[in-house]
Amino acid sequence: MNLLEIKNLKMDFGAGPEALRAVDGVSLTIGTGETVCLVGESGCGKTVTALSIARLVPTPPANYVGGEILLNGRDVLKMSNGELRDIRGGVVSYVFQEPGASLNPVFRVGNQIKESLKLHKPEKATNEEVIRLLKLVGIPAPESRIKNYPFELSGGMQQRVMIAMALASEPKLLVADEPTTALDVTIQAQILELLHDLKQRLGMAILLITHNLGIVGDMADRVAVMYAGQIVELSPAKELLRRPLHPYTKALMNAVPKLAGGANRLSAIPGNVPRIGNFPPGCRFAPRCPIAKSECSEKIPELVEIEPGCFVRCPFWKGK
Amino acid sequence: MNEIATIQNPTAEQPLSPWQLFWRRLKQRRIAMVGGVILVVLYLVALFAGFVAPYSYDRQDRDRFFHPPTCPRLSGFRLVIPRYEQLPGTFVYRAVLNDTKPIHFFVHGDKYKLFGLVPATIHLFGTGDENHPVYLLGTDQFGRDVLSRLLYGSQISLSIGVIGILLSFTFGMIIGGISGYFSGWTDTIIMRLCELIMSIPALYLIISLRATFPPGMSSSQVYAMIIIILSFIGWASMARVIRGMTLSLREQQYVLAARALGQTHLKVIVRHILPNTFSYVIVAATLSVPYYILGEVVLSFLGVGIQEPNASWGNMLTAAQNTEYLRNYPWLLAPGAAIFVTVLAFNFLGDGLRDAADTKS
Repeated sequence: MNLLEIKNLKMDFGAGPEALRAVDGVSLTIGTGETVCLVGESGCGKTVTALSIARLVPTPPANYVGGEILLNGRDVLKMSNGELRDIRGGVVSYVFQEPGASLNPVFRVGNQIKESLKLHKPEKATNEEVIRLLKLVGIPAPESRIKNYPFELSGGMQQRVMIAMALASEPKLLVADEPTTALDVTIQAQILELLHDLKQRLGMAILLITHNLGIVGDMADRVAVMYAGQIVELSPAKELLRRPLHPYTKALMNAVPKLAGGANRLSAIPGNVPRIGNFPPGCRFAPRCPIAKSECSEKIPELVEIEPGCFVRCPFWKGK
Repeated sequence: MNEIATIQNPTAEQPLSPWQLFWRRLKQRRIAMVGGVILVVLYLVALFAGFVAPYSYDRQDRDRFFHPPTCPRLSGFRLVIPRYEQLPGTFVYRAVLNDTKPIHFFVHGDKYKLFGLVPATIHLFGTGDENHPVYLLGTDQFGRDVLSRLLYGSQISLSIGVIGILLSFTFGMIIGGISGYFSGWTDTIIMRLCELIMSIPALYLIISLRATFPPGMSSSQVYAMIIIILSFIGWASMARVIRGMTLSLREQQYVLAARALGQTHLKVIVRHILPNTFSYVIVAATLSVPYYILGEVVLSFLGVGIQEPNASWGNMLTAAQNTEYLRNYPWLLAPGAAIFVTVLAFNFLGDGLRDAADTKS
């Protein structure tokens, strides 16, 4: 059984005729100990999908209209508040984008980690355990760090503290929502290294949200590419990087500057991401797609499994 | 040589906590510190009122109504006070020449209970002679020592401010936090309720609420009731401000992070959102204490507060309503001066706290 199974998830913001479909039929599975990357532009629904796993999107304004999210075989969307509190932190933990903003500025970091322990492992809510966790995430001199306030730590250290908080309850799944975006490149590498290392040691699964394709190659087992609320391609990471199938993925890969690329102009995808609520009728990428045909703007193509484990939402994936 | 030595041994500086930084900034503000010191002294004196006061608050000296303040003089190495003699048929007193008594310290006198518990008779100062009393601030129309009553009264007047603030701010913060955090219907209902309470003229509400209570209440019951009434009115404005702050704080990522850890709504409010409003709340509380003190004064002045013979600054001022008294015996205004100093000290301290809490300045 898969650890997480999202089936055809549909979520609106708002209700009635003014509802805006933010997540439209997303299906995604994560096995135990697997790392899955969710890639896409800002506003394509990655974060909302990830937050939905622990039903952290406030309802209202959000409104789940279809699908299910099976976590350990149980549907998160049907859970009571008490059950939700148990899985939040207990089964799924989150690490967010800005470590500085994710830590409460008025509490010492040691106490914040202890809060996480108190919620899920009350018998282990001790200073020793906090120090052990801080050591685990590679913070030097943890004995003195627990007395620090968040603003006294650097960005990288803050993110390590966040990871320690997330790991305190030994979750099965760690959702890292762009954990390195706010950090500089060397610290990014360190944090990713740390996540990778912890995953091996603790055997947890990771859902990594990013818009950095470079990270995907280092970390992911499988990659899901999202565009305008839908998954457009889902493949093993190596396959996807070697041979992107969907025109959007291809365009994304082309937009990554290459070291050997010379002084050519950076290639960009023409046009803009369609605004939510204003999606084109057919394939949502069609207006910006270099290989779009007339039927592309008639109906939304299905996500088809073209070979085992490789899904693509484009009937013309073969052709140029 | 010296320079090299210092460079080679850099002293590791422990970073200052936010409270230490706050304290450091506060210390730079002279007026705020003066206000703070005055308040500390006032509250200490109030705590030890029975000991500091030379007489009991209800001890009547039937031979000396409207006795003027006596000023101790230095005679040799001792402080001495003259004896005053009443001119027959009037409340005019004249100092008797060469009839002085030295002021003794730690003398036995009226019985009192320290902190309301420990029975004691030792007073800080006094003459030890009933016929030669020391009235530093004179006596009132019943021959009671104004200074002693002022000190006993400070217990009530000063504590009402602090307890009232604790009550109304706790209540206001929790209600405001809930209102801002949940928003929607909860918010609408709570905020309309706040507006309802705020739209009622406070004084009339106090007096009408007071009227609903039975007249023969003991002083401690009246005391509790005044606090409850003042807090009942005070929480609404606090709740509004906290609600506004919560509206912005709940969008912070650490709130989401706490939710993602499985924290309950109530704990997120109490543990994560409200502590972030403390820098405002502490300042607002300091600046609001005077309103509670003045509230008690107004109630007691109108005769619906603390009842005689118990002393409070408000009911002591009742005597000063009479213009004739005021003209002839101006020392009856002493509680007014005490209120003035206290309120000013709170405002100085509050201003300083606000500046110290504002890291942008």
